[in-house]
Amino acid sequence: MNPITALGGLGRAVLSLLAAFGRVALFALDAISHIVRPPFYPREFGMALLNIGWLSLPVVGLTAIFTGGALALQIYAGGARFNAEAVVPQIVAIGMVRELGPVLVGLMIAARVTSSIAAEIATMKVTEQIDALVTLSTHPMKYLTAPRVLAALITVPALVAVGDVIGIAGGYTVATQNLGFNPATYLKNTVDFLETRDIVSSLVKGAAFGLIAAIMGCYYGMNSGRGAQGVGRATKGSVEAAAVLILAANFVLTGVFFSL
Amino acid sequence: MIRMDNVQKAFDDNHVLQGMNLEIPKGTSMVIIGGSGTGKSVALKCILGLIQPDSGMIYVDGKDASKGDRDAFLARFGMLFQGAALFDSMTVWQNVAFRLLRGSLKRPTEEAREIAIEKLRRVGLKSDVADRFPAELSGGMQKRVGLARAIAAEPEIIFFDEPTTGLDPIMSGVINDLIREIVTEMGATAMTITHDMSSVRAIADNVAMLHGGVIQWTGPVGQMDASGDPYVEQFISGSAEGPIEAVR
Repeated sequence: MNPITALGGLGRAVLSLLAAFGRVALFALDAISHIVRPPFYPREFGMALLNIGWLSLPVVGLTAIFTGGALALQIYAGGARFNAEAVVPQIVAIGMVRELGPVLVGLMIAARVTSSIAAEIATMKVTEQIDALVTLSTHPMKYLTAPRVLAALITVPALVAVGDVIGIAGGYTVATQNLGFNPATYLKNTVDFLETRDIVSSLVKGAAFGLIAAIMGCYYGMNSGRGAQGVGRATKGSVEAAAVLILAANFVLTGVFFSL
Repeated sequence: MIRMDNVQKAFDDNHVLQGMNLEIPKGTSMVIIGGSGTGKSVALKCILGLIQPDSGMIYVDGKDASKGDRDAFLARFGMLFQGAALFDSMTVWQNVAFRLLRGSLKRPTEEAREIAIEKLRRVGLKSDVADRFPAELSGGMQKRVGLARAIAAEPEIIFFDEPTTGLDPIMSGVINDLIREIVTEMGATAMTITHDMSSVRAIADNVAMLHGGVIQWTGPVGQMDASGDPYVEQFISGSAEGPIEAVR
């Protein structure tokens, strides 16, 4: 292949990627601006709180408890190689609060909420419900996007907090029931080891991941193609984009909180 | 009055509207006919601002439709969509009263519900439909709910996008009669797009034939059969022979 042609192709791909980032960034700014500008739709916000927050609790809880339990088993087995089994409470706590809690909750929200938002809005688009909203003097960004983004921004950190606690509880249960740890000592070690910075980082990550999950669901839904294939592509694309961006944001935020 | 002056709209290489000119006098019912994919819906969406034209001007009562208070502009319109476009997360009465439950036209919930039930009755639906969800209704009932929603806030201008598509002839007749009655009793300006000739004859005061991105012929519905326009004649007869290509 001609090197100039290859370079041209690479350039076009980079420009296309940057343009996509630009479109998403503008969409996100528009969505956030509608959160603070009236009119507000409290009923839609309430429904979004219920769907994103409350109804995600079972999947978040189950994910966290199994992860916490498995983490305790892994740390115990790994620690046994150099007589460090006693660090199970500390590493479970730090692992859940700093990394696994926020990331797993973020990915679960991407799977459950982003897909649902994208599919719902994309279906509304292909069935002209979005156009109908406009003709009924209702701005789709205010009515559909703003309540979902605000609800995700509020509820996902709360879900992360719940996930952190349940994950630690999973590790505690396994450690005290199967690995012979003293319950009081386990809890004391957990509480003593965690720092405020760990908890703040966990909640900030939750807010960032919630924002990403909701924005990507709304963006792909609003920009979906026609027909069932368009809805399918929007749903798939939204989950892929949200998952990758959550992992990338996790890396950046971990660097900001713990490497600087 | 609605006026479209030299409106053009293209989607990539597909030049849908190529200088469309049209006038719809206040209080009259205009029906735009034309084959599938000729830009009828695009023209309608351009007037509402759902699609931005590439060039040309659209005026409503002499004012540029793209300028001014958008909410006030849209509050003058009601629209029945091709697939009804009902919000499936809401009950029928909440769909009908959508405008009355929020925004500048907001009313108390009970009053909005009463108005919704009255509008449902006006389109021939009983009050027990009010608490059902759109997915529980037949296509004809959904169209009637869409019609009730379009007239709920008593708009000055009503658009009907393919109001009888997908309905059996009897239900099509019911919808056509309803549209005609409602437009007449409300004194509204109506614009309907369709390729159903029975709708044209039932609904229209005036007819415009859209083909090739421009209005090929326009005139009173009574003159349509003797228009002498080859596009209109072919469309009315449904013949494959004529200036409109059968394969597009």
